[in-house]
Amino acid sequence: AKLSRTQHSKIPFNKDISCFNGNIMWLVIAVGLVRAYLARGSYHGLYYSIEKPLNVCPLCHIPGIVPSSVVLTGFQVMSRVFLTWAVTHSVREVRWTVCYYFVTAWTVTEIIRYSFYTFSLLNHLPYLIKWARYTFFIVLYPMGVTGELLTIYAALPYVQKTGLYSVTLPNKYNFSFDYYTFLILIMISYIPLFPQLYFHMIRQRKKVLGHVEDYSKVE
Amino acid sequence: MDALALEAAGGKKVANGAAVAAPLPPPAPVKRKPAKKAKKAVVFFEVEILDAKTKDKLCFLDKVEPNATIGEIKSMFHKSHPQWYPARQSIRLDPKGKSLKDEDVLQHLPVGTTATFYFRDLGAQISWVTVFLTEYTGPLVIYLMFYFRVPFIYAPKYDFTTSKHWVVHLACMCHSFHYVKRLLETLFVHRFSHGTMPLRNIFKNCTYYWGFAAWMAYYINHPLYTPPIYGEQQIRLALIIFLFCQIGNFSIHIALRNLRPPGSKTRKIPYPTKNPFTWIFLLVSCPNYTYELGSWLGFTVMTQCLPVAFFTLVGFIQMTVWAKGKHRSYLKEFRDYPPLRSPILPFIL
Repeated sequence: AKLSRTQHSKIPFNKDISCFNGNIMWLVIAVGLVRAYLARGSYHGLYYSIEKPLNVCPLCHIPGIVPSSVVLTGFQVMSRVFLTWAVTHSVREVRWTVCYYFVTAWTVTEIIRYSFYTFSLLNHLPYLIKWARYTFFIVLYPMGVTGELLTIYAALPYVQKTGLYSVTLPNKYNFSFDYYTFLILIMISYIPLFPQLYFHMIRQRKKVLGHVEDYSKVE
Repeated sequence: MDALALEAAGGKKVANGAAVAAPLPPPAPVKRKPAKKAKKAVVFFEVEILDAKTKDKLCFLDKVEPNATIGEIKSMFHKSHPQWYPARQSIRLDPKGKSLKDEDVLQHLPVGTTATFYFRDLGAQISWVTVFLTEYTGPLVIYLMFYFRVPFIYAPKYDFTTSKHWVVHLACMCHSFHYVKRLLETLFVHRFSHGTMPLRNIFKNCTYYWGFAAWMAYYINHPLYTPPIYGEQQIRLALIIFLFCQIGNFSIHIALRNLRPPGSKTRKIPYPTKNPFTWIFLLVSCPNYTYELGSWLGFTVMTQCLPVAFFTLVGFIQMTVWAKGKHRSYLKEFRDYPPLRSPILPFIL
């Protein structure tokens, strides 16, 4: 965190704006979700109220502005884009039900995360935000991952039935692709990848929150 | 005495009578002084080796000959630390600097009579020859397994059947020829600069070669394979391109081999020879990669198979990275390097 402070002072002003905008987007989603739920009294059809901002949000992730590992952030961005476009948007049937777990998890995580970045850039980071960022993930990451896996799993039968995004032989390019198998491989890939991300955050937590005396108030 | 000390400190020329800095590294022993203790008038070096990260003293060598090479020092270090064989030692003057070469001579380095070197463990090493042989034998064997339709790959009714398309047989011959050529070149043609590479490379490289070979072979030898749209014409043209580039690639390998005497690691600028296939050196620094790209383009057109196109593309990207690196090091090392040359594609890349 010491290093990131000096890095932040060199970052030009417009990056603060982008972080701020990222925050706004997720707040929009959160507000939209809450309002729609209160209006309809149930969660059915909630998806459509947030579809547009949800699909755009993952694309707005800005690598390189904040000092996170490019590889880890890259994986996160890819998985977000994949979940929103390649699964939720493509397979109607999952839109009404299971996808809310990961949407909620993402929304809360991202609001906290963007607040953390925004405040860090402005060099006025309230300890509460930092604590939230490095503590909420303990519940939100598993919740989000479960939600993502459930969503993909729910999409499987429909993908198999309709042959979505799949190419079969024979064809003149002598190529084939089975989206159903691909989704299963993606699910399996969570097994090595998720623990790495999770334990990386736990290690970060020990490092950052461990030195309470040194970093309690950023002023 | 003074003249010799000066000489030991970096090969500076000495004006004094007997001890002149001759082109040959070992200084001529001065016979002026009476040899009371039969001492050779040569200043021995002391070498201390520190760990590059922790700066711990790992080894101290005294009475090191001034004309000792880094390679010899590595052998001496290996004796005190048997787990670090010379191939995995990186010896450098600066903890974050470049590795010194095995041929570097101690007294020509900018060190005092007590030399301090920093050591870095390169990790387990494996010889280039071993890696090449393993990574090229895989595709040869794997492709043939798909060609002969060994059980558990395709539906059981196709086991051990042969394709009815003659282009499939041709493709098998070309693919197998390509990898047999590579194996023979590894054994008899190539002269490697480095003896070894990190052990984990063999897993990475084999996954790449074996994986892609299986992926391509699956489709080309599939019972539902569709032969090229333009039939015989397309296949014939592709075969000509493939063979032309195979001969070209081989010619370049021979030309590069002849630049370097056996057992040496000299580097020279390659030039066109009498062989017309080497005239491409006029335009390209690494024509072996150019011809390799051409071969795989030929194979892609011959089989009209998208996975082959992907393999060609990925290989091209990797070879371009290597060619650019090689081109850059040529430019750095040789001031008179021909300016017309591009790394891999004439005038383009």
